[in-house]
Amino acid sequence: MIATTRRVLSCAVLAAFALPGIMGTAHGATLDDVRAADELKCGINTGLAGFANTDDAGNWVGFDVDYCKALAAAVLGDASKIQYVSLTGKNRFPALQAGEIEVLARNTTWTFSRDVDLGLTFVGVNYYDGQGFLGPKSLGVSSATELDGASVCIQTGTTTELNLADFFRTHNMAYEPVPIETNSEARAAYEADRCDVYTSDASGLAATKATFDNPDDHMVLPEIISKEPLGPVVRQGDDQWADITRWVLNALISAEELGVTQANVEALAQKDGGSDNPEVQRLLGSEGSMGAMLGLDADWAARAIMAVGNYSEIFERHLGPDTRLGLERGLNALYSAGGILYSPPFR
Amino acid sequence: MFFRDQSEMLPERPAPITEVGVIGWLRINLFSSYGNAALTLVSLALLVLIIPPFVSWGLIDAQFSGDSGAACSGIGACWAWLDQRLGQFFYGFYPADAHWRVNVTALLLVPALLYVLVDNLPGAKFGRWFSYVYPLLAAYLLVGGFGLEVISTDKFGGFMLNMVVGLTGIVLSLPVGILLALGRQSRLPVIRLLSITFIEAVRGVPLITLLFVAIVLLQLFLPPEVSLDQLLRVIIMVTLFASAYMAEVVRGGLQAIPKGQIEGAQAVGLGYWQTMRLIVLPQALRISIPGIVNTFIGLFKDTTLVIIIGLFDLLGHARLLQTNPDWIGDVDHEAYLFSAAVFFVICFLMSRYSVSLEKQLSQDRH
Amino acid sequence: MAAPSSTRIEQLGYLWTDERLRGIAFQVLAVAGLALFFAFIIWNTAANLKHAGLASGYGFLLDPASFDINQRLIDYTSTSSYGRAFLVGGLNTVLVAALGIAAATFIGFVVGLMRLSTNFLVSRIATVYVELTRNVPLLLQIIFWWVVILALPRVRDSISVADVVFLNNRGIRLPQPIFEDAFQLILALFVAGCIGTFVLARWARKRHELTGRTFPVGWSAIGLIFGLPALSTLFVGLPVDLDIPLLGRFNFEGGFNVTPELIALWLALSLYTGAFISEVVRSGILAVDKGQIEAARAVGLPPGLRTRKIILPQALRVIIPPLTNQYLNLTKNSSLAVVIGYQDIVSIGETVLNQSGQALEVISIYMAFYLTLSLLTSVLMNWYNKRTALVRER
Repeated sequence: MIATTRRVLSCAVLAAFALPGIMGTAHGATLDDVRAADELKCGINTGLAGFANTDDAGNWVGFDVDYCKALAAAVLGDASKIQYVSLTGKNRFPALQAGEIEVLARNTTWTFSRDVDLGLTFVGVNYYDGQGFLGPKSLGVSSATELDGASVCIQTGTTTELNLADFFRTHNMAYEPVPIETNSEARAAYEADRCDVYTSDASGLAATKATFDNPDDHMVLPEIISKEPLGPVVRQGDDQWADITRWVLNALISAEELGVTQANVEALAQKDGGSDNPEVQRLLGSEGSMGAMLGLDADWAARAIMAVGNYSEIFERHLGPDTRLGLERGLNALYSAGGILYSPPFR
Repeated sequence: MFFRDQSEMLPERPAPITEVGVIGWLRINLFSSYGNAALTLVSLALLVLIIPPFVSWGLIDAQFSGDSGAACSGIGACWAWLDQRLGQFFYGFYPADAHWRVNVTALLLVPALLYVLVDNLPGAKFGRWFSYVYPLLAAYLLVGGFGLEVISTDKFGGFMLNMVVGLTGIVLSLPVGILLALGRQSRLPVIRLLSITFIEAVRGVPLITLLFVAIVLLQLFLPPEVSLDQLLRVIIMVTLFASAYMAEVVRGGLQAIPKGQIEGAQAVGLGYWQTMRLIVLPQALRISIPGIVNTFIGLFKDTTLVIIIGLFDLLGHARLLQTNPDWIGDVDHEAYLFSAAVFFVICFLMSRYSVSLEKQLSQDRH
Repeated sequence: MAAPSSTRIEQLGYLWTDERLRGIAFQVLAVAGLALFFAFIIWNTAANLKHAGLASGYGFLLDPASFDINQRLIDYTSTSSYGRAFLVGGLNTVLVAALGIAAATFIGFVVGLMRLSTNFLVSRIATVYVELTRNVPLLLQIIFWWVVILALPRVRDSISVADVVFLNNRGIRLPQPIFEDAFQLILALFVAGCIGTFVLARWARKRHELTGRTFPVGWSAIGLIFGLPALSTLFVGLPVDLDIPLLGRFNFEGGFNVTPELIALWLALSLYTGAFISEVVRSGILAVDKGQIEAARAVGLPPGLRTRKIILPQALRVIIPPLTNQYLNLTKNSSLAVVIGYQDIVSIGETVLNQSGQALEVISIYMAFYLTLSLLTSVLMNWYNKRTALVRER
């Protein structure tokens, strides 16, 4: 009885808003929804240099955006079939929980409470970050432990404020927090000397520093006061979709490990005359049936790599030394190259 | 002799130089007393202090071409981005080959507005009808369907988004606001109470809290099968917000209608709704137009708040520009200044219109 | 058989035409519809929360906030609770709203008079100011003033006033008074002065009504309220120590700081609302009957008295209702503080929401807070309005 009432009411509301905005979103098999809509709804940042931004033609580009493209290429066969949904720090989780997006690729820190308490599943880490401090060299500070009494500009919206409070409390130091939501305003405040140091994720700090008129006048202090593993997030409860998102990420990392690039992926994927490395064959679908296990076709990973390249190529394109941001790989280098980036084997 | 015998008029002499011409104007308008003179000098000093440096920064030393912020010197303003980004600032992510649809919608807005606001235009009968159909026509042109390529609303952005949110909000809020205003004056206590509660509750909270509801909570209130797109949710909340203010504007108009009008209508046997529709509302709405325009100006400025919830209106695109690696740090002021100028021009024109309308109305009544 | 049923139908028809009954039916329907609507929302919300595995309730307010706030009117540290963080934010909102209302009223009255000035330049500048501020989104104005404040000298190049007050782009650093015990005497005298003034004012008004003779209440009030305490310091000395700011390694230490975010927000809010208030004031003054002013001039009232006793009291009656609206707008607009990082209730609530994920609860706190504030302002202004309205009936 109650269920009927509810259905009737739903219909009434549906009728009331019978406008193009209505779309049916069922909970459950996310893959089917994505296929039915022939479009991946990907949640990204509202504007963060290198990770998600628009070019002069109005297209979204960036490190996180490329993950969306890889996923769309793997699932739908077309990296352009994406609806980008820009989300702020406030509405990114509600949007995911409510099914407005299928995956959240918005430099989101993987923490216990988010993973466990908010009904989310983190599928991996695509960028290992950590919170640091940026300060002018003229300040004469060589360590963050000397910052007693300083004013600290904070880019808010993630776990930054909490780490900062913990750090200063454990070192028994006083400080003046200056919390600002957007990077452009926080950056302006730091540049105007509204605060002595600027704290944010180290990637953001290096990027910010690179864009100053005299980058050499500033330095990132040695202390990294937190771990910020950033990665894609999906809703809890759909294991197949979580697997797909996890292994698309792993495929990009593995591709770098195995030397598969955007340029050579097509050649390597050939059944005859392609790669003779069995893991590459499994990854690119010329051997085995890994795609089918995920509910996809055989060359899902090949398509992803073809669309955006391997992890290294994505990184170099948006964040690396050749970009204005000029970030080093650091922790995000492969485990074999001094970093901690590591993909489980394709086996 | 005290009196001179004179049969002819003395020739007319020109007024003293201190009373007419440039000097006279200056004396009367600027230096009529010591206090006034002091005020004048202070004001002049203020203008000299502000205007020349601003002009030299914004125009003379400014850079107008280049591909990235690196092209800008830093001494003057950096306008080099205008060339590349102007389209985004006005159309957002709307596909370039469909910009004509936005342009046509904007052009058609002019007659649609004119026929509502100005009497005695040629073809008024057809015009009125056109004005009523316009919202549907605009929705069709912008969203598409029926032969036109469908463009999803997440592509809406830039100044066009401000216009869409502002105009839809005001158009939809008008009927809701009228009902609320009538409800507030209703003789039925429950209806009156509900209307007052709604109006005061909405007017008591800031718009951004309602926008938070739109993007964070609205989805929670609906069954999981229903999903409204972001723009629609924002428009719903903006409409609710505007309708409370609209209700107060209309109430002002209703209160200005003499009681005799209503009594007259009842005497000839009109029912409540007939009285309202045929007698009271046409007069009340006419009086309310300046108030409605002012509400619209306020709402229009408030549409910029959508950046707080992650939509890209004009200000949102200014921010995107500011965070673009090519421009970061070089256009912090310029992008905002440009947005401010666009809003100023539109809002200023509307407020002038509202003032002239008010003058006209008060003349009509005297 | 046919006759009774037809009368019943007729009766039903009469029921429908009975205006009173129709009204009741309509109202019952409205209430039922509303109840159904809310039931629908609550039902869905509960189901959705359960589906997403989210907890609801206000228990989280007792959890430690673990972030810091730079402007605290009450004690707060990062170990305090979320609830207390909200309290701190709420007080910050009230602070900027109160300061803004005071300044906006002042600006509004001054500019309103300026626009009526006979000096061409003055009235033009006032017009330009009003048009510029009214037609640009407030959000941009807040950012503008913040950028202006950031352009002030840096800490090391502070503008100092007598080496006790320092102005730089991190705000205004003022000496903080530390009160000694003897200060209580001064405080007591101050309170006594206030009470005395109140009594005096009542007596003076009554005498004015009875005899028409005036009494210089203003001057005696200043004497009573400030003169008495000042006089007493001759005997007990000044029992206040000042904690004077000193430049430390990074910042000034000691004293207390008015943050640039507060100053920028306050400037933007008061200048924006001031422009609207000036329009209210201008139309209020223009609404005063010309005959009143001419009559006042005819009986020889000097210009100052003319404004104070004739024009303003009558203009106020027109001014106060729209003025109340402007005060409410200012309070609500202070929620835009979030763009420049002034930690008002919205900004703090955002951080809380980010950490706890309690969206429904945080937003309901916002709404309850602003509704209460609006209601209080309305009540206060209505009370004042009634008082000024009484003047007319005498």
